[in-house]
Amino acid sequence: MEKPEKILAEHPFFEGLAPDLLKTIASCSVKANYKAGQVIYSESDPANQFLLILAGKVAIEIFSAERGSLTIKTVGSGEVLGWSWLFPPYRRSFDARALEKTSAIALDGKVLREKAAADHRLGYELLKRFSSVVVDRLKATSLQLMDIYGKHA
Amino acid sequence: MKASTKDVAMTIPHLVQRFTKETHDTFTLELEPSAVNAAFSFKSGQFNMLYLYGVGEVPISISGDPDDRSKIVHTVRAYGAVTSRMMALKKEDWIGLRGPFGSHWPIEKLSGHDILLGAGGIGFAPLRPVLYYILSHREKYGKVTLLYGERTPGDLIYRSQIEKWRGRFDLEIYVTVDSARGGWRGDVGVVTTLIPKTRIDPTKTVALLCGPEIMMYYIIQEISKEGVTDDRIYISMERNMQCGSGFCGHCQVGPKFVCKDGPVFLFKEVKHLFWKREM
Repeated sequence: MEKPEKILAEHPFFEGLAPDLLKTIASCSVKANYKAGQVIYSESDPANQFLLILAGKVAIEIFSAERGSLTIKTVGSGEVLGWSWLFPPYRRSFDARALEKTSAIALDGKVLREKAAADHRLGYELLKRFSSVVVDRLKATSLQLMDIYGKHA
Repeated sequence: MKASTKDVAMTIPHLVQRFTKETHDTFTLELEPSAVNAAFSFKSGQFNMLYLYGVGEVPISISGDPDDRSKIVHTVRAYGAVTSRMMALKKEDWIGLRGPFGSHWPIEKLSGHDILLGAGGIGFAPLRPVLYYILSHREKYGKVTLLYGERTPGDLIYRSQIEKWRGRFDLEIYVTVDSARGGWRGDVGVVTTLIPKTRIDPTKTVALLCGPEIMMYYIIQEISKEGVTDDRIYISMERNMQCGSGFCGHCQVGPKFVCKDGPVFLFKEVKHLFWKREM
């Protein structure tokens, strides 16, 4: 089996990360597999980990009693799932469900938070990378809100 | 063939051969070529003015196979009064047609290139003739990729054709929707999220984009990051086309008339007009 550092180094999310930081992060990682249809987490669950998706597809869903579940985003190979572990109150904002058989690296956010507090270089790298994901999602959400293919377009 | 200045105002009645409902608000009309207009031919990206008697006239892109002279195909989304009334058309009804108008995708000149098609919403319809053309001359092109974004799975057009084309090994097709409910196993996210799924060689790729301008704007931003230059991007602009021949000025954007100089433009030539708040 490939070493965790190598898998992390090859994942686009950690591209260019210094080897010592990769080693630290790898020490907090485990492999995770999900069956198609399996719920990975639900809204308001404690957020103590995030996933680097290696293969498969995960739906990020929002639920309302009147309208049921609505998928607002899918993430797949090369993408990252979950950032709530990084910000208080460390609770999930959405539901996540595997749409197909999915393999991932799960990282222990609780331990990484402590390590990042002690090593600001690690903290900066994590925040920089997650901020980029958040900004991309924010831009995407703005476009979704504009309903660009709607009749008013 | 482009309509001459003599006949651009002449509407020719055409018989509806077939009416296919694509989605709740989108339909495809197959028209029988008229004996008066037997020489009708078009190039991918051009449009016709369709006239519904007593209701009005609208510009609609031609979405069929340029090599198939047996029918003239338009896919229409019911956005306004005329197109909404067109939804009630049925086989053997009459509809007026004049055209074809406008510039076209320069697909014949792009042999040897990788082709990236970026379609959003009903913008897929004017790009479908390009796919027909490429598939008829597949050996002339490198990698061919279609990125197609829609609002929801229920709004996707040409679904069975997409599935069929997905089975081919010589086409890469990626589809995404802005949101979805249970049962959809495809991608959800804005169309730009599809770009990292395909490998773009900027030295070989030519992009043809059609959809809402904001969508094209964001696709251009993303493919520019991959190194695709403005002289390798073609866009189809949509404006209030009425006369189809640059006389009335309704579709004027700066010095360009979209109906005559467009709707297909080389992005490099209209970059200064594109995404402009005011003229």
